[in-house]
Amino acid sequence: MLEFFKNLFAPSTSSSTAKERLRLVLMTDHISLAPEMIEQLKRDLVEVISRYVEVDLQKIDVSFEQQDHALAMLANIPIISVGRPTAEPPKPLETPSAAAPTAAMKSGGDVTPLPKRKRRRRASTAQASV
Amino acid sequence: MHEPVAQPTTEVLAAPTAPRGRAIVVTSGKGGVGKTTTTANIGHALARRGATVALVDADIGLRNLDLVLGLEQRVRYHVLDVLEEKISLDDALVRDKHSPTLCLLAAAQAREKDDVDETKMKALIDQLRERFDYVIIDSPAGIEQGFKNAVIGASEAIVVCTPEVSAVRDVDRVIGLLGNAFRPQLIVNRLRPALVKKGKMLSVEDVNAILRLPLLGVIGDEPEIIITTNRGMPIALQDEGATAAAYRAIAARIAGEDVAAPTVEVKDSFMDRLGSFFGGRR
Repeated sequence: MLEFFKNLFAPSTSSSTAKERLRLVLMTDHISLAPEMIEQLKRDLVEVISRYVEVDLQKIDVSFEQQDHALAMLANIPIISVGRPTAEPPKPLETPSAAAPTAAMKSGGDVTPLPKRKRRRRASTAQASV
Repeated sequence: MHEPVAQPTTEVLAAPTAPRGRAIVVTSGKGGVGKTTTTANIGHALARRGATVALVDADIGLRNLDLVLGLEQRVRYHVLDVLEEKISLDDALVRDKHSPTLCLLAAAQAREKDDVDETKMKALIDQLRERFDYVIIDSPAGIEQGFKNAVIGASEAIVVCTPEVSAVRDVDRVIGLLGNAFRPQLIVNRLRPALVKKGKMLSVEDVNAILRLPLLGVIGDEPEIIITTNRGMPIALQDEGATAAAYRAIAARIAGEDVAAPTVEVKDSFMDRLGSFFGGRR
């Protein structure tokens, strides 16, 4: 009975599972980066940003998203505190609630989708623009 | 087994066509999605419109287009005989039994795809384009040499995709390899609207949300296609029926007519409801 209502209301069908699996696998296909390379990319990304601001290492989220015909890298990196004494931030960051761990710097919107052929290079471009 | 082989007459073949014909490759990456059946049916549908059509089987070593067209008894020479200049193009072209303006250039069965010289293949397709309105090339599965041989002479591409994860992934790869130069268009094949409705199969929209190609047509998974293939009489030859109409619509779109969007789901909805009402599977 419960199962019946579950099936009736749950949006999760095998076709939506198929869609989601396809989305993920094509993402990996398109960036042509092995999962361990993506982990390395994350670490490098954090290292660079950490030179300027203190970030919450536990809550970093880096993902890839299909935007039209191109792929974009989205990095959600919560900032714990701004202004490192040693380095000058490249530009003022709009983080009024910098103390809050949920304050997130979203870099996704800044990533301009590149043509399909340049996919391999996108990861490094996105990293540079953060 | 050995019937007298009909010699292809050359009146149609030699007829000079004023505009240069179009060379379209039918491809998919994945095997078994219906490339050959699609090629045969599009060929007939275009021929029905009065166009001259040459179908080229580029699946060297695994020749099947002749069988689907019901022309296996008439094939004497193949594409490699022409490429290696053992035989003239006229002698190798087999004229179809049902559509007089349709010709087949069969693949070699006992050869390998590596035997094909790409430059010569392109020259052959160019030669066919001088004489036919349409040259439709049936590509083998895969993305290796056989695929390259099939694509080399083409200027446009039709990609065939079934609503399956593996087929979509492979088509995505093929689109990447083709690039924009071939202006690939999509045919979603073997769609089962009843399953789509129940959320058990990817819909045309799901598939094309990923592939993002101009939709050339949608073909349902109809038993009639299997039956007509058994008989070697492609379904597009029929006057009646939704599938034949869908192939004719595809041909019209290829010819540049502004035909209404493919509507397999709407057309089959009543039968689907009937099917699910009786618990049947379509």
